[in-house]
Amino acid sequence: MAHHSAYYVPPQSHWPIIGAVGLFLTLGGAAALIYSLQQESGSLLAQIMLNSGALILAGMMIGWFAAVIAESRQGLYSPQMDRSFRYGMSWFIFSEVMFFFAFFGVLFYIRVFAVPWLDGEGDKGLASMLWPQFQASWPLMQAPNPEQFPPIREVINPWHIPLINTILLVGSSFTLLAAHKALKREDRSKLKSWLGLTIVLGLTFLGLQIYEYIHAYTELDLTLHSGIYGATFFMLTGFHGAHVTIGSIILLVLLLRVFQGHFTPDSHFAFEAGSWYWHFVDVVWIFLFTTVYLL
Amino acid sequence: MSAYAETLHHGPAKGISRWILTTNHKDIGTLYLVFSLIMLFIGGTMAFVIRAELFQPGLQLVMPEFFNQMTTMHGLIMIFGAVMPAFVGLANWQVPLMIGAPDMALPRLNNFSFWILPFAFAMLLSTLFMPGGAPDFGWTFYAPLSTTYAPPSVTFFVFAIHMMGISSILGAINVIVTIFNMRAPGMKMMDLPLFVWSWLITAFLLIAVMPVLAAVVTMVLMDVHFGTSFFSAAGGGDPVLFQHVFWFFAHPEVYIMVLPAFGVISEIIPTFARKPLFGYRAMVLATVAIAFLSFIVWAHHMFTVGMPLTGELFFMYTTMLIAVPTGVKVFNWISTMFRGAMTFETPMLFAIAFIVLFTIGGLSGLMLAIAPADFQYHDTYFVVAHFHYVLVPGSVFGIIAAVYYWLPKWSGKMYDEKLGQWHFWLSFIGVNLTFFPMHFVGLAGMPRRIPDYALQFADFNMLTSIGAFLFGTTQLLFVYILIKTVRSGKAADQLPWEGARGLEWSVPTPAPYHTFTTPPELNKE
Repeated sequence: MAHHSAYYVPPQSHWPIIGAVGLFLTLGGAAALIYSLQQESGSLLAQIMLNSGALILAGMMIGWFAAVIAESRQGLYSPQMDRSFRYGMSWFIFSEVMFFFAFFGVLFYIRVFAVPWLDGEGDKGLASMLWPQFQASWPLMQAPNPEQFPPIREVINPWHIPLINTILLVGSSFTLLAAHKALKREDRSKLKSWLGLTIVLGLTFLGLQIYEYIHAYTELDLTLHSGIYGATFFMLTGFHGAHVTIGSIILLVLLLRVFQGHFTPDSHFAFEAGSWYWHFVDVVWIFLFTTVYLL
Repeated sequence: MSAYAETLHHGPAKGISRWILTTNHKDIGTLYLVFSLIMLFIGGTMAFVIRAELFQPGLQLVMPEFFNQMTTMHGLIMIFGAVMPAFVGLANWQVPLMIGAPDMALPRLNNFSFWILPFAFAMLLSTLFMPGGAPDFGWTFYAPLSTTYAPPSVTFFVFAIHMMGISSILGAINVIVTIFNMRAPGMKMMDLPLFVWSWLITAFLLIAVMPVLAAVVTMVLMDVHFGTSFFSAAGGGDPVLFQHVFWFFAHPEVYIMVLPAFGVISEIIPTFARKPLFGYRAMVLATVAIAFLSFIVWAHHMFTVGMPLTGELFFMYTTMLIAVPTGVKVFNWISTMFRGAMTFETPMLFAIAFIVLFTIGGLSGLMLAIAPADFQYHDTYFVVAHFHYVLVPGSVFGIIAAVYYWLPKWSGKMYDEKLGQWHFWLSFIGVNLTFFPMHFVGLAGMPRRIPDYALQFADFNMLTSIGAFLFGTTQLLFVYILIKTVRSGKAADQLPWEGARGLEWSVPTPAPYHTFTTPPELNKE
């Protein structure tokens, strides 16, 4: 067993190539589907590609992670290996931060420069000649060309659902923290209930978010088509919601693994990685709540 | 556990499965390099079409629509298919060897990063055969060319870019984790070879800006298909916003494509000057400074869009600041050679050409950085000359130099020095004949990305095309040299270059399938 102090280099694996094929089918299928909608041509092949690709990707993730979990439980991993996973996850979250950074940058540019310039502010004063009747405001209820981008009747009131959602999501970070503490104390039943509660809070958040979207589309005329306010609103909240969904799936897998008796007080990297991701999603929401809803 | 023992003691698996299922950094490095070479020829063929059309004024060979597709695809393929994967391939081979690691930190993820690429480029190339043709909006895909006026294939372009981005981010995470976590015991950060240092910074840049590229193509997709108005002023958005987000990605991207080449040159020059690198610490700091500055200069690509004066000034001065750390690097390379016992084998020739020609590209960059002057140069062939000088005799020469330098260690065989010298001189003449005249026609006002031009530019354009054909065909010689080396080259010594230092030379030649399964002992020099 002495050689286990060396770094574990896994043998040949078929998961990467399966993942590459799955990714190709998923994204190629998505592209073909969107393309066929635009061309009004048949989309059966695209749908088959997309669905089979998504299935392959899901299977790849299950198989790949199962292989890693099995290796970990066989004791093949050294503390150095553990660090590789930790660093890897941290840098992955950094890449996600940059993804959201780009969209927040877009929001600020639009609010600080683009919209006021369209109303004639600044030393250029040319953009305002395109739509002389346009008046800048934020939230931008009426786009410069309201025929192409129909106006918004009302924006979401931040003190109703968004506030509740803030409480839910911030609360879920604390319940997850409690679950982590319980795991470290080896208090399995507390771990299960705190982790379960976190997932419930996350799913409730998602449910309310979906309700808010339906409300926006059906009653407020706040849509993707309603000019730049709708575009930035749905882009930021939509990608955040997608991340909450991914985070919830991660937590759900962790809960299943807890029920399988996985994780010990000293060794539970997957749990930590999942909770880092969850806290990251939470922090994004706090920025989002402030800059998209409140200000 | 038996499987684990097997990988340690066995060589590579037999047949095609070795390449598809591998977790070995050397195999994956080879895959990246071969892939990049194939892409170099596909992108090169497109350059051939462009230069054939521009051989004479008037429209002879292709329609303007197809010409636009060629310029677009040439740029995309060379950047994302040829240069970036080649550097990742070099990182895969060299980073573990140079820091004494048994492999990359996350070997399966490493293979995943590679195998995404062939699929991504299959998707991108398939757009050539779609109704409406391939993307024709330039590799910079400015809105509204890529939104309102885009061909339908833009959708596939967006998803292909997403795949390349995923590949790059995962690859970069692997490199960064390997460097932080897998160094031989006792190797401190300031002991790292400069190639490793420059790749560490590059990986950081990749992780920071590839997500921004993902964001910008996503917004393009949304504007095209889902009715948003990010880049449409009619909805309160702004087409200039596209350029800001794009260049926030694409300026660091420029350094992603050249920092690893800086690293390569910093390895080669000391070896053939038989002197340690002059100013190691300054080199590291200069690389960090360049990376930092790369985030705050992006709008120098957009001086003519009508930014506020403060913006013009800010981006002009920050851009000029980059000349300082870059100048430090050039100075240090030259100082390393000063009074060195120099010999001029092929890698050294390419490295010296890199320093001279990259500096030409740097100086034309400095000219372009001057905002009022840029109003004149913008969108002319002067810009084309500038970025080809930094990318071809810069990045590509860096890659070729690296291949000649490390090929003996990889293959165990020595390349034919005489053919290598021929390759160098023909490339050197070809590259300058291609790109130097572009400065003149650019300054005289010839616009880029146009299939026709005014008669007074005819002579220089013919010269450029002849140079391009020479440079392109010369690369076939490169392929011949590579194949000849691997198949029938003379056996190389463990230390093929007498001045070479570093851990990668301490392993046998050719490098065994598994190296440093137990960490090496460092003997400090």
